[in-house]
Amino acid sequence: MKHIVIVGNGISGVTAARFIRKHTDFKITIVSAETEYFFSRTALMYVYMGHMKFEHTKPYEDSFWKKNNINLIKQYVNQVDFKQKRLHFESGDVLDYDDLILATGSKPNKFGWLGQDLIGVQGLYSFQDLESMENNTKNINHAVIVGGGLIGVEMAEMLTSRNITVTFLVRENSFWNIVLPRQESELINRHIREHNIDLKLSTELKEIIDDGNGRVKSIITNSGEEISCEFVGLTVGVQPNIDFLKNSDLKINKGILVNEFLETNLPNVYAIGDCAEHRTPPMGRRAIEQVWYSGRIMGETVAHTICNKQTPYHPGIWFNSAKFFDIEYQTYGIVNANLGDHEEELYWEYKDGKKCIHFIFDKLNHKLIGVNTFGIRLRHEVFDKWLREEKTIDYVLLNLKQANFDPEFFNNHDEEIINEFNIKFPEVNIHAEKKKDTFTSLFSL
Amino acid sequence: MKLIKNIGLIIFITGLVIFSSTTFMGEFHPTKNNIHQSLSVQQYENIGVQLENIFIGKTYTSPTVISSEFTKIYNSVNENLKAEQQWDKVMWDNPQIVVYKLIKSSATGLFIHHQWLMFLLTFGLGIIGSLMYIIPDVILLGTLGIKNNQIFQSSATNRGWIGWISFVYLVVFYIVLYFFPAILSNQILIVSPISIALSGNPSSQWFLYGLIYCTVMTVMAVRMFIKYRHSKYQILRTGTVLFFQIAFAFLIPEVLVRFNLPYMDFKNAWPLDYDFFFDWNINGLISSGNIGIFMFVWGIVLTLIIVPVFTYFYGKRWYCSWVCGCGGLAETLGDPYRQLSDKSIKAWKIERYLINSILIFAILMTAATLYTYISGNSNLMGISTFDIQKSYGFLIGAIFSGVIGTGFYPLMGNRVWCRFGCPLAAYMGLIQRFKSRFRITTNGGQCISCGNCSTYCEMGIDVRWYAQRGQNIVRSSCVGCGVCSSVCPRGVLNLENRNESGRFGKPLEINDNGLNISNT
Ligand SMILES: Cc1cc2nc3c(=O)[nH]c(=O)nc-3n(C[C@H](O)[C@H](O)[C@H](O)COP(=O)(O)OP(=O)(O)OC[C@H]3O[C@@H](n4cnc5c(N)ncnc54)[C@H](O)[C@@H]3O)c2cc1C
Ligand code: SF4
Ligand code: SF4
Repeated sequence: MKHIVIVGNGISGVTAARFIRKHTDFKITIVSAETEYFFSRTALMYVYMGHMKFEHTKPYEDSFWKKNNINLIKQYVNQVDFKQKRLHFESGDVLDYDDLILATGSKPNKFGWLGQDLIGVQGLYSFQDLESMENNTKNINHAVIVGGGLIGVEMAEMLTSRNITVTFLVRENSFWNIVLPRQESELINRHIREHNIDLKLSTELKEIIDDGNGRVKSIITNSGEEISCEFVGLTVGVQPNIDFLKNSDLKINKGILVNEFLETNLPNVYAIGDCAEHRTPPMGRRAIEQVWYSGRIMGETVAHTICNKQTPYHPGIWFNSAKFFDIEYQTYGIVNANLGDHEEELYWEYKDGKKCIHFIFDKLNHKLIGVNTFGIRLRHEVFDKWLREEKTIDYVLLNLKQANFDPEFFNNHDEEIINEFNIKFPEVNIHAEKKKDTFTSLFSL
Repeated sequence: MKLIKNIGLIIFITGLVIFSSTTFMGEFHPTKNNIHQSLSVQQYENIGVQLENIFIGKTYTSPTVISSEFTKIYNSVNENLKAEQQWDKVMWDNPQIVVYKLIKSSATGLFIHHQWLMFLLTFGLGIIGSLMYIIPDVILLGTLGIKNNQIFQSSATNRGWIGWISFVYLVVFYIVLYFFPAILSNQILIVSPISIALSGNPSSQWFLYGLIYCTVMTVMAVRMFIKYRHSKYQILRTGTVLFFQIAFAFLIPEVLVRFNLPYMDFKNAWPLDYDFFFDWNINGLISSGNIGIFMFVWGIVLTLIIVPVFTYFYGKRWYCSWVCGCGGLAETLGDPYRQLSDKSIKAWKIERYLINSILIFAILMTAATLYTYISGNSNLMGISTFDIQKSYGFLIGAIFSGVIGTGFYPLMGNRVWCRFGCPLAAYMGLIQRFKSRFRITTNGGQCISCGNCSTYCEMGIDVRWYAQRGQNIVRSSCVGCGVCSSVCPRGVLNLENRNESGRFGKPLEINDNGLNISNT
């Protein structure tokens, strides 16, 4: 029977294994060096903050794998012999495969700064990083975080939860504004500062200073300022974790190059998740997408192909989500940092400055292109449908209620949003449906 | 702020220590008269003289000694009578209740003359201290949002030594309350003036318990209001459940008694209210005229019509986390422990066997009761109805719902009774699972499998299992507390009452158009 070996037990590898198991009884083995069982990387911050124990980050009970006849091996793969179809482990053991799925994820970037390997300087990606962060931040008072992305802001929240003060260096002139439009980016700047974080925009790290014992003592910024600190978090992005594949027949660029079927240049070898680089990315997508959801979809897609139903990677309408301290963020469709030539926008912000919604639509035909929402939950199913069906902004606003996903009794802002639209586009002027009366809504008939 | 919190904690603990140690305080001079009046004629004939010989002329400084000496005599005389088969003379009352009357009437000292002072030193300090501990959180918690920091790093909320001490204290308290109430005589005396003001009667152990229950719920509801001050759902829910406890479970029944009407908690539905169909209750209601008959009919309508109809529209949450007293305590006092519930598949299995068996037990017991009531035959297939009632009352009514149900909060989470034991929850759970508009909707593919929802589900539901597959959560045990939805960092979960069709939802799968988000 065919032996499928998957390197990496993250979301992409595990999803592939689950779907292959669902459709076939191939022999499946997952090899990973990080932890024995699959855990949710996205939840690492909650373990540090004491919201959860590491146990709770495991999406499946330990007995799940045996029950589903998926073999787990905790080993580091040193080298792959693609000709012999054989993995070589660090321990010296080997494992033969028929089909190989590479799902090795990412590793944090380090840009060769002076002092980047000192004690107390680290990124946050793996379980081991979490453990070292636990040790590195014991009884400390001040930390510096370098890099204004999602992991940086998570790290800031983690440290703040332990009353460690944070200086946050961000290269851009506003937080994450390579992705977020100006308005949202400013909203998040304010929210970060509200947590007493010293957010230093347009500031880069120059070097990290040794205290004489191999520990970090301070950092120096590009403007020459020295900031003393006991911990430095490097969160300047991640890159595919593929060093062990260099100098082999496998074609790699930044990531492992794959076609639309997630096949590499070698037969029977596939790559999925953070480590894969698409030769021709789907419309509107990046070649390397380091997000949970894409890993999950690639895992399922490659499973179909391996189970003899060759399936191209069609991720569908883009969506994503994150949380910046207390503010939840969701996005559907395409919202770029800067408005395109043919694009028009509608931005509404609640008076408390913590909720907003940002629609991007076509200037001429008013078709919705994308939406960003902060502090308001939207229904994925509905926006996915609207975007596929190319609904107009007028239609979307009139039916916004259908798409609201906030908990019961929460304040609804649909009317204010429509007002905002009518003020900006008086020539269109739309009127929302009437509210249901209390009785019918109570029994939701 | 931290200082205020710490002082509050010290004041609270002082109040709690005084409250507990009043058991070992006081001054009691039993007189001939006291003994005479505390006993029934038969009891006086059996043990009156012996008691007089021991008690009269002595001064006792704690109820415990009187209680234990009394019980010794009472039980040994009873043993003899039973051995001699003098059934007409055997005393059937609980000696704890009888001796309580004696203790109360012979009390002099502190607890008679300074009831209000003692009230302040116990309840007063407890309330002030805990509020001082809780209220600074308005500032300390910082910006609005979910703040579960350090929950698994604190010994109180992660089965550490504080958790174990709380567990032991609660279990001992419940055992004393149910089985040795005479030990609580002084505490009962302290709250007597309040009882007299409400119902006109001196307090019983159940009045004391009701008062503590309402006080604890109120104080801990303040904590809920602060913790979830950004969520209208949580605020409304907590406010409502608190209102039903104070008004329906506590005040209205007391006031009914004042007007010589039967004691009734209008929201307590059979089979949770397991003795509703017991002969003494039915007789009591029927003999109280129209109002009593109305109460009897109301009880039946509540169980047979209101409960299923509301559960169809809103799920069992309308009762379990908006109305019910047990749920009310769980959602206030119990909230800090919700993360301790067991999420394993094994626990789920045990839960289903246990809770449904108890529902069957409650139905059989009530059937036997009604059979006896109607036919007058006190045995059903050779088993005495009275014995069935007694064992249900002991095992389920006292041990499970009280001692285990609340005592185990700090170890097994706040819904042990609701999840494994409550027959009403089982009944509503069946409706919720098979015929209801309620579900927790999963928001398409947005779940990141982080596990916050499962961790904080007090019913031990592995919410993530469904959410990460894009399926809705339809589980008989869900009490709709809404906390999974509150803690989810990606806004994935929403409690909704909607059309029944497509309620369960389909798992996420890819098709030729990419990821299929459509849920129905
Ligand atoms: C702190 C943090 C928060 C995040 N939050 C979000 C979020 O909110 N939303 C979102 O969409 N994304 C988030 N992400 C990104 C997301 O977690 C990743 O995109 C996703 O986990 C990638 O999954 P993967 O299966 O491709 O790889 P990984 O999860 O990285 O799994 C790869 C595994 O392979 C193992 N491995 C690699 N090489 C070898 C080898 N040679 N031998 C043996 N084992 C090997 C690695 O040790 C690792 O265990 C977050 C990431 C981090 C670090
Ligand atoms: S599933 Fe959610 S709403 Fe239901 S009991 Fe659990 S936490 Fe509460
Ligand atoms: S809390 Fe939300 S994101 Fe996390 S596992 Fe549950 S549903 Fe998914």
